[in-house]
Amino acid sequence: MANPIYVTETGERLYGIMAEFANPGALYHAAERVRDNGYRNWDTYSPFPVHGMEEAMGVKRTFLPVLVAVGGLTGAGLGFTMQAWMAGKDYQMMTQGKPFLSWQAFIPITFECGILFAAFTAIIGMLALNGLPRWHHPLMKKERFLSASDDKFFVCIESSDRNFHPQKTRELLEKAGATSIELVEE
Amino acid sequence: MSTIHPDQLTAERLAGRARPPASTPVGGDDGTTRDKPGERATLVLNDRSFKELTDIICGYAENPPPRWWLPIFGMAASIAGLGSVFIGYLVITGIGAWGLNNQVDWAWDITNFVFWIGIGHAGTLISAILCLLKQKWRTAVNRAAEAMTIFAVICAATFPGIHVGRQWMAWMLFPIPNANAIWPNFRSPLLWDVFAVGTYGIVSALFWFMGMVPDFATLRDRADRRLRANPTGGAVLLPIIPIRTDRLRATIYGFFSLGWRFSGRHWHRYEVAYLVLAGISTPLVLSVHSIVSFDFATSVVPGWHTTIFPPYFVAGAIFGGFAMVLLLLIPSRELFPNMKEIITLRHIENMAKIILATGMMVGFAYSMEFFIAWYGGNEYELYAFTNRAVGPYWWAYWTMISCNVISPQFFWFKRMRTSVLVVFIVSVFVTIGMWFERFVIIVSSLHRGFLPGEWSMFSPTAVDIGIFVGSCGVFLTLFLLFLRFLPAFPIAEIKAVLPQASPHYGHGDGAHGHDDDHDHADNAAHAAHADHALPHGEGTAQGDKH
Repeated sequence: MANPIYVTETGERLYGIMAEFANPGALYHAAERVRDNGYRNWDTYSPFPVHGMEEAMGVKRTFLPVLVAVGGLTGAGLGFTMQAWMAGKDYQMMTQGKPFLSWQAFIPITFECGILFAAFTAIIGMLALNGLPRWHHPLMKKERFLSASDDKFFVCIESSDRNFHPQKTRELLEKAGATSIELVEE
Repeated sequence: MSTIHPDQLTAERLAGRARPPASTPVGGDDGTTRDKPGERATLVLNDRSFKELTDIICGYAENPPPRWWLPIFGMAASIAGLGSVFIGYLVITGIGAWGLNNQVDWAWDITNFVFWIGIGHAGTLISAILCLLKQKWRTAVNRAAEAMTIFAVICAATFPGIHVGRQWMAWMLFPIPNANAIWPNFRSPLLWDVFAVGTYGIVSALFWFMGMVPDFATLRDRADRRLRANPTGGAVLLPIIPIRTDRLRATIYGFFSLGWRFSGRHWHRYEVAYLVLAGISTPLVLSVHSIVSFDFATSVVPGWHTTIFPPYFVAGAIFGGFAMVLLLLIPSRELFPNMKEIITLRHIENMAKIILATGMMVGFAYSMEFFIAWYGGNEYELYAFTNRAVGPYWWAYWTMISCNVISPQFFWFKRMRTSVLVVFIVSVFVTIGMWFERFVIIVSSLHRGFLPGEWSMFSPTAVDIGIFVGSCGVFLTLFLLFLRFLPAFPIAEIKAVLPQASPHYGHGDGAHGHDDDHDHADNAAHAAHADHALPHGEGTAQGDKH
């Protein structure tokens, strides 16, 4: 079922409702409430990672480590294949009487290639899963929201959520102890 | 407490109106080194709020630099420029301009390479290994140490690059298809070095950058807020260039912040990525200096051909790296306002302890080398080591021993570890000693060939000295630029280790997050017990996940 489209008084599409909280404790408990009310399209915003927040939000553990493992193994495989082909087949050069395919000597570079690919996978994967880089976001239009990078804590429930209701969602955030509530335009 | 400007704090302190005592004298006691059972030492002094921390740290990048900054920067940049002139001369003339000769064909160049790459190890150790060990004190020093790592790797990579002789062929170090249809020799430790140092430089830079992304976003938002508050005015770059500084900041910091918006879901993946990177950087940092040591250990030169080299080099690298971290941070914390609140005496003491531990490992390695030279029964080996201690390079050997083995022994005493001046002086000695260690290993092993006809001595030329001093200039220049323009401390990470960052702080009732009436003992106790305390919510959703 398609979600209704909400607009603000100025006729702009509503992105969501943003609530400010004073400290990590208040944010933590608000997150637990929003989670227990079955919301899905919502997020918390804090100047630093709050300990245990993923549980309070009900976020599943990311599969990023699996990606990194795949990236690392790919890198190691490519590194070894490169050496085996270059030194073992394409350019066979006799050094120190060793076999052309002296795999033992290829381990250090195999290892370094694995690490290199794993590191790139970790960072690019993290950004990609986060939908970054993204130069703008509806929340950034809100001047109040800019203190999320300083000392304020926010919850934003998006209007695209199945449970979103202009009145009830607002009441939920009020009850959770929000110090201010604002509508965020798309 | 409203916005506090670091300069304003300094002014208040001078006027005797400072809230808490904001600064401590050199060698003074800031109370962080006293151990109280059951309590963690405070990581940030003066009970700073989140906002004050943001203001202090962003202030280093936003306010005009202290008066000493420009002269020192000019001096460092001139030295770097002079070094570049020497490099230019070397490229034009050939590496005969160095003091190398037929027998001693590795000397200052490779010494400098190993010296700088070793220094680079402290950064990754602090950011990766101490992260895995959950050492929270790392947050105060990791950004600067990582920056230092990258600058040290840049200095290090210069030396093999110019040592190849025909520098315009240096690209052949990499497996790039070429007209001669040849590939590099993958069985050579020198090529392993290319991959190890290259990977290390790239991964360290990625790690450093990723750590800075949220802090760039903080700087972006601050500039943005000032622009919104003052849509037309504000400082301009230069009177003749009418670009507003805050517009420039919002654009540049905004670009590098990658649109970070401090989302909880993002933080979750960010923390996992950080942990994964720490996990893969740990074997990386251990591998890099091991592979550097293979350059020597896999040869048949007496004095190099030893299996103790990899662990010995790694310990030495951490030893020298921490000395360099202290060498940079001790003056910084004296010279920048409020830095002593973030880098406390306990941080200095912790690093002094690491120097003592790794210094003992290095000392042990020196003695084992001698023992094995005797016990192994190889007369060339024994000669090489005896020659180090009593041969023509005895002065270099004993400089190394006194700086690396004797000078850290002061750190057995707490009074010495907590005296900033003593720690600084020992760090200077350790840095000198670690340079001499590499010089001794390289030159004293090479200068006596197997035949007496190959025996020779090495003496540096002006070009040798000029390029080394120049590399120090490059290092210092880059570090000063870092302190001036980048977030010098991980703002988000430091906030996360403050007592009020715990969601259970103040019994989690959410009414008073940061409260000046709380004293430190209270805060620390809350933080320590936070993991066991049940959050007392207001009825619904009692968090019993802990």
